Amino acid sequence: MFAETELDLLEKIIRQGLLGALGETLLMTFVPTVLAFVIGLPLGVLLVIGEEGGVLPLPRWLMKALNALINILRSVPFLILLIVVLPLSRLLVGTTVGTRAILAPLVIAAFPFVARLVETSIREVDAGVVEAAQSMGASPFQIVWKVLIPEARPALISNFMVALITIFGYGAMAGAVGGGGIGRIAVNYGYNRYKPLVMYFAVILLVILVQLFQSIGNRLVKKADKRIR
Amino acid sequence: MIEIQNLSKTFHTAGGEVEALKDIDLRIEDGDIFGIIGLSGAGKSTLVRCMNLLEQPTEGRVLVDGQELTALSPRQLRKARQSIGMIFQGFNLLMQRTALENICFPLELAGVKKPEARRRARELLELVELPDKADAYPVQLSGGQKQRVAIARALASEPRVLLCDEATSALDPKTTRAILELLRKLNRELGVTVVVITHEMRVVEQICNKVAILDGGQVRETGPVSEVFSNPRSEAGKRLVLPEGEKIHVLPENRLVRLVFDGAAATEPIVATLAAKQGILLNILAADTHSLAGKTYGSMVLGLPQDETEAARALLYLREIAGVTAETILQ
Repeated sequence: MFAETELDLLEKIIRQGLLGALGETLLMTFVPTVLAFVIGLPLGVLLVIGEEGGVLPLPRWLMKALNALINILRSVPFLILLIVVLPLSRLLVGTTVGTRAILAPLVIAAFPFVARLVETSIREVDAGVVEAAQSMGASPFQIVWKVLIPEARPALISNFMVALITIFGYGAMAGAVGGGGIGRIAVNYGYNRYKPLVMYFAVILLVILVQLFQSIGNRLVKKADKRIR
Repeated sequence: MIEIQNLSKTFHTAGGEVEALKDIDLRIEDGDIFGIIGLSGAGKSTLVRCMNLLEQPTEGRVLVDGQELTALSPRQLRKARQSIGMIFQGFNLLMQRTALENICFPLELAGVKKPEARRRARELLELVELPDKADAYPVQLSGGQKQRVAIARALASEPRVLLCDEATSALDPKTTRAILELLRKLNRELGVTVVVITHEMRVVEQICNKVAILDGGQVRETGPVSEVFSNPRSEAGKRLVLPEGEKIHVLPENRLVRLVFDGAAATEPIVATLAAKQGILLNILAADTHSLAGKTYGSMVLGLPQDETEAARALLYLREIAGVTAETILQ
């Protein structure tokens, strides 16, 4: 079915570049996801507590500006954002190609999305519980750290996996413009040089990774959620 | 002591302004179990939430132990709230914390060290009769058990006042009784002042010494429970005490007697016994009684005979029954 040379090529790729590509893919997935949460978590919390009638009401113009910023960043297609942000990558890591260059655009693309995910997770926390904490004299800061985030923990873990898998997909896409990892193998060999076998192999590998992330995530959520008997 | 002075609360909603509370004056003494009763929409919940300023009054003052809550800074208010416990209809426990950790929560807020907090939480679990549920998560507890944990949590910071916002409304009658018993015990043993918000008369009858009737955002009458319930003066009071008030007014010449069953009386046919043994015939005008485990709870309104001596004999008989309080109702 496939030419002998193509099988040889696949074998060569597996032997020489696969482990490195796998490492790059994992790096391009986990590092931006964690960084996106570092920015997105406080932002998402702010979107809930800063509302009128929230735990820590903020000026209305500030909330509007925050929402607008998030919406604008979320409406730019990732591939376009990637190109727009590349000069920033040159500034930060000194290059516009490779795995490291792709980190900054990934974080910028992901944190507004993460902020929204965090926002919906925090909104799920029962308002009555927040009220009970207020009746006990909890400060806004204590409510965030001791009530909102711990009570939303299962939803936050679940949404962390959603973000991780989305960023994983972005990372593979970045292979098209010089990003590294398994995505690049798929694009370079499969698309540019028309070697379908290599492409299928890379895609199957991506599928397996997503399945793995999701099932680990499900298990973590189940373990973390004390509402499950 | 809680003093509420000229308190009003207006909500601004999309449909216009809603006056939830109008010019409320109320005084709750130390050691009271004070009932605030009213139908839904009367403003009871808003009123109790004004007592710890979860709801900011539009006008008026709230004083707890002489401290004017309405004049405090946010930081001072948080401090003051630590001496006002509150429990809720929906329990509002932290779902991701065990019973013990829930009780530790207010202590953590107050900066109590962990070993000390856990020791105190265990004592409180003991007090609410749940010593073996320390490591249970709320989802593993029944409604009554959740409310017990919530009570323990509310008491952790040793408050002088416990506010109960429809705390038994989500519970079945048997559990309701047990929770009310617990509140009475805490009032007696710890001296904590209890404010009970409810729409159920039997809750007030069972534990309160004083009651205020709230209707249309105003306090219609207030006083000792026995007085208010036996001789309601306001329209709202009459509606509440005499469930079918209008029908009763058809018989103005009859004197009425209101029986309250506090659970100590065995289920026995009082009216039939009076007829059979004393030859006195009484009309049952209204009854709202429940039998649980062979005991009767609730209340009944009877019409006394026209004849004065017969009426006096009937009253004498009724007053001698254990577990029944008989009060004549003036019209």
